[in-house]
Amino acid sequence: MPDVITANRLTDGVVVFQTIDEAWSEDFNRAAVLADSPATAEALARAKRDETNNLVVDAYAVPVEERNGHFAPKALREAIRAAGPTNRRDLGKQAAGLAPRSGPKAATEADYVSL
Amino acid sequence: MYHYDNFDAAFVAARVEQFRDQVARRLSGELTEEQFRPHRLMNGLYLQLHSYMLRVAVPYGVLNSQQMRKLAEIARRYDRGYGHFTTRQNIQYNWPALKDTPDILAELSSVEMHAIQTSGNCIRNITADHFSGVAHDEIADPRPYAEILRQWSSLHPEFSFLPRKFKVAVNGAAHDRAVIQAHDIGLQVVRNDTGELGFSVYVGGGLGRTPMIGRKVRDFLPERDLLGYVEAILRVYNLEGRRDNKFKARIKILVHEKGVEALSEAVEAEFAARDPKALDLPAREIERFRAFFALPELEPKKPVSDRVERRKGKDARFASFCASNVMPHKAPGYVVVTVSLKAIGAPPGDASADQMDAVADLAEDYSHDEVRVSHEQNLILPHVALDDLPAVYDRLASVDLSTPNAGGISDIIACPGLDYCALATARSIPIAQRIAQRFGDGPRARSIGPLKIKISGCINACGHHHVGHIGILGLERAGEETYQITLGGSADEQAAIGQIVGPGFSSENVVEAIETIVDTYIGLRRDEAETFVDAFRRVGIAPFKEALYERSAGSDI
Repeated sequence: MPDVITANRLTDGVVVFQTIDEAWSEDFNRAAVLADSPATAEALARAKRDETNNLVVDAYAVPVEERNGHFAPKALREAIRAAGPTNRRDLGKQAAGLAPRSGPKAATEADYVSL
Repeated sequence: MYHYDNFDAAFVAARVEQFRDQVARRLSGELTEEQFRPHRLMNGLYLQLHSYMLRVAVPYGVLNSQQMRKLAEIARRYDRGYGHFTTRQNIQYNWPALKDTPDILAELSSVEMHAIQTSGNCIRNITADHFSGVAHDEIADPRPYAEILRQWSSLHPEFSFLPRKFKVAVNGAAHDRAVIQAHDIGLQVVRNDTGELGFSVYVGGGLGRTPMIGRKVRDFLPERDLLGYVEAILRVYNLEGRRDNKFKARIKILVHEKGVEALSEAVEAEFAARDPKALDLPAREIERFRAFFALPELEPKKPVSDRVERRKGKDARFASFCASNVMPHKAPGYVVVTVSLKAIGAPPGDASADQMDAVADLAEDYSHDEVRVSHEQNLILPHVALDDLPAVYDRLASVDLSTPNAGGISDIIACPGLDYCALATARSIPIAQRIAQRFGDGPRARSIGPLKIKISGCINACGHHHVGHIGILGLERAGEETYQITLGGSADEQAAIGQIVGPGFSSENVVEAIETIVDTYIGLRRDEAETFVDAFRRVGIAPFKEALYERSAGSDI
C-alpha cells in the first residue's frame, strides 16, 4: 500500500507532509506518494534526520489510497489530521484549501435518515 | 477568591522564565524532543492531532472577570478565537505555536494563572463542586481545602514523579457535584456527631479502561489531618503503585490488587508514623484560607421578583431558562445561573473569545466578578440578583449562551474525540451535536427531564461515559467508528458504572439507538417525576436491551 510521510513542524506544531523535493509542505496534496515499503523506509529515514535537525517532530508513515483519482489517507484519523476537525470546516487545512481532495465530510443530523 | 501573595507570584513568574529557557533550548536544538517532552508536559503542553494543545489550570473552576478576559485575549491572539472547557474544570487551546507558549504563560501569570501540573504523572488540578459557597445543601465550602491542597501539591518534590497521574476532587454538599468517587482521592466534607468538620475519604476511583468506583477508607478525617492523610495515601501509592505497566499504574489498580483493607491499613500505618507537627493544619490557617472564599456582601432582597415573574408570563423560552438553568442562591433574592456551553449543534464546552468576554462582562456587572467552570463543561454566574435575571438572560442570548438545557438531554459531556485528540478512536463531538439536534431544548427535551449523556472517543474516558445515565464510547472496528452504549451510570453520591447494553452501533445508527432508549424510558416511567436513572434502577437493563435488539431495526448486530 502506498504511503506518505507526515510530521508536526517543531516551531508551531502544524501538520506537514514530506514532498518529492524532500522538503515539508502543509498541503497534503503536495505530499510525495511512496509506492512501496523500501521507498517508505528511505523517506522515513530522511524524516528522522529532519527530526534530529529540529525541523519536525513525531514523523511517521501514513497509508494512503486512491479515491476518485486522488490520493487520500486510508484511516479516518489521518484523514481528519490532514483536513481539520470535521465539526469546524473553518479550522485546519480544509479552511485554507489544503485538505486531501476527497477528505472526510462533516455529518449533521440532517444527513441521517430515521429508521 | 484566592489571590496570589508575593511568594506565589514569584514562584509562577520563575516557572514561566524556566519554561521560556526550555523552549528556547528546544528550538535551538540544544534539547531533543525526548528531553523536552517532560518539561512541556509539566507545563500543560501536549502534541495533539493537528497541533500543540495547551491546557490551562482553572483551580477548582473559579475565575474572575479579568482572568476570563485574559483567556479570551489568548484565544484571539495566540489561538483560533476559541477555547474548550474540560471535564476537569480547565480550559484547552487547540492550536498554539510552541514558540508562543512562553508568552502565553507570561500572559496567564499576569492574572494569577498557569498551566503547571495540567499534564504529567503528578497531582493534577484539584477540582470541586461548581456551586461551592452558594448551594443550599452545602455543609462547608470545599474551595479553601482545594486551595490548600493545590498549594501543598504544586511542584511537590516527592510527588512529581508518581507512577501515573493523580486526580483529587473535593465536594462540600450532601449532593456530590464533583464526581468524587471517580477520582484517585475523593474528599467529601462531613460533620461528625459533635459538629466538627472533616472528610469522608474515598480512594481508588477512576474511569478509563478499568473503571472503578472509589472505596471509602475513612468515615471521618478531622480537618487538621487533611494534608497528613493525603500525604500518607500518596506515599503508599508512590511506593507500591505499579510502574511496570502504564495501564495498571493508577491507584485504583493498587486498591484492586492489594485490597482496600490492606491498602487502608498501609495508609493508616504511614499516617501514624508521620511527624504529627509537620503537616498539621491549624484552625487559624484554615480560617485564613476560608476568608478568601467568603461570600460577597449581598444586599438582602425579596425572594420573588415581579420583573422575573412578568417576563416568565410572556416569554416561554425565558421561563424554561429559569426552570433549567437557574438555581436559588443561599442568599434570598439571588440566583445561581448556569451558562450552557451546549447550544444545540455546538461542540460541547467550546466558547468563542467573544463569548468569554461577554461572560466576563456579565460577571463584572451582575455576579460580583465571579465565574465558575463546571466539570459538565458549562460556565456558572454564581451571584446574580433575581431582579437582574432578565437583563443577564438577554445579554447571554445576544451571544448564543442562553440555551435552556442545563441538566437535560442536550447538556451532553463530550471529550474532543477524534476531531482533535491523538489518542481517540472515534469522534465524540459530532455524535453530541446530532443527539442535541435530534432532541433539541424545547418541549420534547423538557418532557424527558434530567438525563446525563456522556460521550468519550476512546477508552480513556475523558468524557466520563462510564458514569453517564447514558454513556457512549466511541471505538474503531475494522476502520469504522462504532459506539458502545452503557446505561445506568451515575456520577453523584450514588456513583455507579453503567452497564453495557449490548453490541455497538454505527455512527449512522447511534442517535436512533439513543432515541429508542429514551422512548423506552418514556413508555415505562411511572410518571414525569420518575427520572431516567430512577426508572433504570427500578426496571434494570432488560427493557432497553429488548427495545434495542429485539424490536428495533436500529442495531448493527
